[in-house]
Amino acid sequence: MLEKALSGSNRYWAWIFFLLAVIGIGCIAYMKQLNEGLGITGLSRDVSWGLYIGQFTFLVGVAASAVMLVIPYYLHDFKKFSKIVILGEFLAVSAVIMCVLFIMADMGQPMRVANILLHPTPGSIVFWDVVVLNGYLLLNIVIGWTTLGADRKGVKPPDWVKPLIYLSVPWAVSIHTVTAFLYAGIPGRHFWLTAVMAARFLASAFSGGPALLILLALLVRKFSKFDPGAEAIQAVGKIVTYAMFANVFLLGLEFFTAFYSNIPGHMHPFLYLYTGIDGHTKLVPFMWISSILAVVSLAILVFPHLRRNENILAFACAILFISLWIDKGFGLIIGGFVPNMFEGITEYWPTLLETLITIGVWAMGFLVLTVLYKVAIAVREEDAAVEH
Amino acid sequence: MSMNRRQFLKLASASTILGVGAASVINNISNGSLEAAQIHPDPRALKAKRWGFVVDVSKLTTDEDYQKCIDACHDIHNVPNNPNPRHEVKWIWKDTYEHTFPNTAEDKIMNRELQEKNFLLFCNHCQNPACVRVCPTKATFKRESDGIVMQDMHRCIGCRFCMAACPFGARSFNYTDPRPNIKVENKEFPTRMIGVVEKCTACYERLAVGKQPACAEKSNGAIVFGDLEDPNSEVRKLITEKYTIRRKPELGTQPSIYYVIGGGEHA
Repeated sequence: MLEKALSGSNRYWAWIFFLLAVIGIGCIAYMKQLNEGLGITGLSRDVSWGLYIGQFTFLVGVAASAVMLVIPYYLHDFKKFSKIVILGEFLAVSAVIMCVLFIMADMGQPMRVANILLHPTPGSIVFWDVVVLNGYLLLNIVIGWTTLGADRKGVKPPDWVKPLIYLSVPWAVSIHTVTAFLYAGIPGRHFWLTAVMAARFLASAFSGGPALLILLALLVRKFSKFDPGAEAIQAVGKIVTYAMFANVFLLGLEFFTAFYSNIPGHMHPFLYLYTGIDGHTKLVPFMWISSILAVVSLAILVFPHLRRNENILAFACAILFISLWIDKGFGLIIGGFVPNMFEGITEYWPTLLETLITIGVWAMGFLVLTVLYKVAIAVREEDAAVEH
Repeated sequence: MSMNRRQFLKLASASTILGVGAASVINNISNGSLEAAQIHPDPRALKAKRWGFVVDVSKLTTDEDYQKCIDACHDIHNVPNNPNPRHEVKWIWKDTYEHTFPNTAEDKIMNRELQEKNFLLFCNHCQNPACVRVCPTKATFKRESDGIVMQDMHRCIGCRFCMAACPFGARSFNYTDPRPNIKVENKEFPTRMIGVVEKCTACYERLAVGKQPACAEKSNGAIVFGDLEDPNSEVRKLITEKYTIRRKPELGTQPSIYYVIGGGEHA
């Protein structure tokens, strides 16, 4: 089926080569990092994780969100998702690939990464994260490819895929739970030491991921003859709305516990992020932009008649996605490191090279996504042609 | 059953790969407690069940007192002197009371003398080290024989999870090549490369030949090193006699550095 990605319009090829160019720039920047070390980033002794790990965390959520389509379609036989579900599965594949690349980008000694498997350490959450992420990648490639292949031949998917599909449901929950456990089990990082971390991760994943999917589905419809279905998009819109309310609610719980308990260590990261401490205010505007965008997106999404207008829905999904990206892809990680273990403040800001590497990884993800979507769209367009 | 040479070689190589692969995985999982040991341990080697430190800051008065301990450590361990504070590498350092004990820093009316005192900070060699728990490659591990939290700079993949996990900020990462920042290299101790984490390892290499940790040796009695499990050791006597505190004991890591903060009459 992959050959379908090898023929396309001029616009398709222009997009592919644009992505390849961005990836190339990212690779050059990465070469410099490989030679000179992570000193080329904005990271420091005090803030030892930054943009890369933030993107990783955020994208695990995007990957996990495919389950929001799989559950209704496969468990509840919600037929309207029959066309869009493949877009979710392939989005998961590209998101997990980006996760793996961001982890590699963050390693001080990437050529030693096999040590995780050579010296398996089940006590370390990283070990489990490697296991569940790779398993999830494999599951989604196999499920997506097999169901699409069956679709192309006009037959039902083979029976052996069903158990894999059911397995992918708890597996999706596991990838984001395990990722939350990377943070939520660390003594001394008050911002992360919270039992609702995994729940909040899932809530933000199930709103941010499907919001991106709506935007992608609208784009697919605009640029191809494949229509994922207006009703399917509306149903995903509902999922986005509920999950975002759950996410904002859980964030509110964090604020209550920190400030009503009045424990300094718990309050300081929130104060740093939202008000700044002692004039250190680098993240404050971004956190407020994130909060405002979250409120505005909810104010739009909560009204069904606004949501039904696809342009308004797309706008709400876009600002919701940006809001969650700032909150989870940036604030969540930095907030854990500021103030540091000595209640001192070292601020973090990514460098140009670090940003180029990050954009390069995103471009790689979009390349994988484009190729997979191209195949899926081509198959669906053929199907549509046969039906008529 | 008959087989030709080709089949035999196929079978033999497949079973070798499977056998070696499985054996290494099983070994790695089952022998988690296996320790690297010297073939001929030095008879002078210092031994303990659990090494610990008592740091009496009242015996450290001038800046020079602190610096002597820091230099002693950093010189013999090839700790780079990175000019960029964000990329600083340090195994032992001086810091204020507020930074050392941040959970008590909210007290505005406490003893001024204590508040203005500086402390010597280094790896706590915790009994329940969070860094060891999170390390995905066992590059940092606790030596079962004497409780030292070790760091294998050749296995470390530089994920920096240990830095996120250590509540004491005891770990440094080589953001840049450390070698150009070493003034005089000690050929007896390895230098490090880019992208690995390092920290105090309680001078394991000195203990193996019967020497005290370098900081303790140069501290004029301000840093006492000994076996916390031995009731007759000097560290235990000091802990029994004097009022001592540990950093962030509420986190349950059981740090092995005890600070004598007294000096006053009622201490």
